[in-house]
Amino acid sequence: MESPLLRVRNLTLDIPVGGGTLHAVRGIDFDLKRGETLCIVGESGSGKSLTSLALMGLLGKTIRRSADEMSFDGTDLTRANARTMRSLRGARMAMIFQEPMTSLNPAYTIGDQLTEALLLHKPVGKEAARVRAIELLEKVGITAAASRLSQYPHQLSGGLRQRVMITMALMCEPELIIADEPTTALDVTIQAQILRLLHDLGREMNMAMILITHDLGVVARVADKVAVMYAGELVETGSATEVFNTPSHPYTRGLLRCIPLPGKTKRGGTLGTIPGMVPSLIGDVAGCAFRTRCPHAAPACRGDIPRHTTDDGHAFRCIHPDGKRHAEEATA
Amino acid sequence: MTTAAPILELRGVTKTYRVKQGLFGTARPLTAVNDVSISLPRGEVLGLVGESGCGKSTLAKILLGLERPTAGQVLVDGQEIGAQDRMALARRIQPIFQDPYSSLNPRKSIFDIVSLPLRVHRIGDAASWDKEVRKILDIVGLPARVMNTFPSQMSGGQRQRVAIARALIMKPEIVICDEPTSALDVSVQSQILNLLGDLRREFGLSYLFISHDLAVVEHLATRVAVMYLGRIVEEAAVDGLFDHARHPYTQALLKSVLTPEPGLGVPDTQLGMAYPNPIDPPSGCHFHPRCPKATELCKTKAPRALPTPLGHVECHLYDPNGPMNTPKEG
Repeated sequence: MESPLLRVRNLTLDIPVGGGTLHAVRGIDFDLKRGETLCIVGESGSGKSLTSLALMGLLGKTIRRSADEMSFDGTDLTRANARTMRSLRGARMAMIFQEPMTSLNPAYTIGDQLTEALLLHKPVGKEAARVRAIELLEKVGITAAASRLSQYPHQLSGGLRQRVMITMALMCEPELIIADEPTTALDVTIQAQILRLLHDLGREMNMAMILITHDLGVVARVADKVAVMYAGELVETGSATEVFNTPSHPYTRGLLRCIPLPGKTKRGGTLGTIPGMVPSLIGDVAGCAFRTRCPHAAPACRGDIPRHTTDDGHAFRCIHPDGKRHAEEATA
Repeated sequence: MTTAAPILELRGVTKTYRVKQGLFGTARPLTAVNDVSISLPRGEVLGLVGESGCGKSTLAKILLGLERPTAGQVLVDGQEIGAQDRMALARRIQPIFQDPYSSLNPRKSIFDIVSLPLRVHRIGDAASWDKEVRKILDIVGLPARVMNTFPSQMSGGQRQRVAIARALIMKPEIVICDEPTSALDVSVQSQILNLLGDLRREFGLSYLFISHDLAVVEHLATRVAVMYLGRIVEEAAVDGLFDHARHPYTQALLKSVLTPEPGLGVPDTQLGMAYPNPIDPPSGCHFHPRCPKATELCKTKAPRALPTPLGHVECHLYDPNGPMNTPKEG
């Protein structure tokens, strides 16, 4: 079997805060092969963005990171020093941030920002870098690419800026791209174009991609693998088909009931909700974090939560062997 | 479809800004809203959809009395709003904005924020304000104890409930919701959408619901208007629009909705080119450079509004007397 490009075991992130320690990410595991797309889905504060920053080695100094294993193509990221990380970042693993408005430097031209990483990491000259930038800009569907290089970010629309961000991430042909909500700030029409583009380019260049989003529609359409994150834990993982067709953790099903489904939800009807709030992750967190909002909570939810796995890699954490999926289907 | 007079009606509303390009450039007109005529029947929800820059927010500002239309009339309950003063208008029309983080004053307590409209309009006294605020907080599902807290102590969903409470305390007839849930998580979004639906039924409110999320609009709206470069290109009852979209732009928008169904992939909207610059709108039908069905005629002649069974559409494809004479089917 092909060994995974990225392998993460028991990744834990703790943030010291005034009243103790905030357990932002609590022991997550996942693998990613070349050419695969993993979508991490979850709500604000679930720890999905921190996870991506941890992989890139971009965490703030106060955040404590520990992991049994975190390796990228054989490189142990937990032991990598700043220099090794710098040689990986931008070259072999790249990141696309959520806000195209704020993550481009307003004082430099598009051309400067696009070629910077390539000139830093690869033995190429300015002219070759320029040619590569133009080639990629055209690939992401930007017209008059050559003239864009001398423009500044404020001269471009939101959709164009996001494409510039994508181009920047692609400049060194990375093996792994981490995209944190890459289309949240965009119109639906542009969103569809950008997602198609990322998907096609990923296939073409055999890139692995981690897509972080809270939009279940996006997840269903682009993911090979899905990881549902709640309160710093991956509560359900599996192929997109498995997770969407047989959502097993009560939280996953709760999320799916919250969104109106064209053609399925009754127009003007009542949408499903998840009552309550995400619990505080400060101090000791024991048992299932979702138990305060779960319709199937039982006293056993305070104890150790077993992980159920099927042969095809679908896994979830719940005290109920089927996550009470069948019970909900029967009453639906 | 309704016999009663609409609570809100726009007749040929146009808003033109003068925009200077460059330091010494001459000012050129930018038509943000172009001859828009729509009506919101009492107790219904008019969804307004379109991409950024299409004029949705300008339209909302005109309705709130924050901008004056260059031409045309806005009628509330049959009366032109130009004739009414802003204070009177504010009693009838209230907004809920997109971002509950920036639309609430961080230095004011929740009581101050929610009771402000009463104080501005000099309705009642301190004792009645307290009573009214408690009542409205209960209606939007917030405990009375939040009255003395500040926005920074609340979650996004709670803040949006505060914004709704502030809008409803004046008992308005019309609420302009400008992307009220797009900054919220899905589980919170569904709570707010349910709340808006309940409030409408309970108080007979009418909403203008501006959003770019078509699934949400389909869920909440009773009528839908699709806006492109300042024009309403298609307008219909919700069933008519979502089940038989006619305009190629509406069809593309519907196609771009990503439903959570694995295996379908990301649709190709075929819209290709980016949104045109509104200062330089394309000739003829403004949509023709991006339209997969565009013909020579579309480049030169603007389409007229054609009635459809449940609304109207502006597209040459459906003009029975037009030179294209194409048979239609949604």
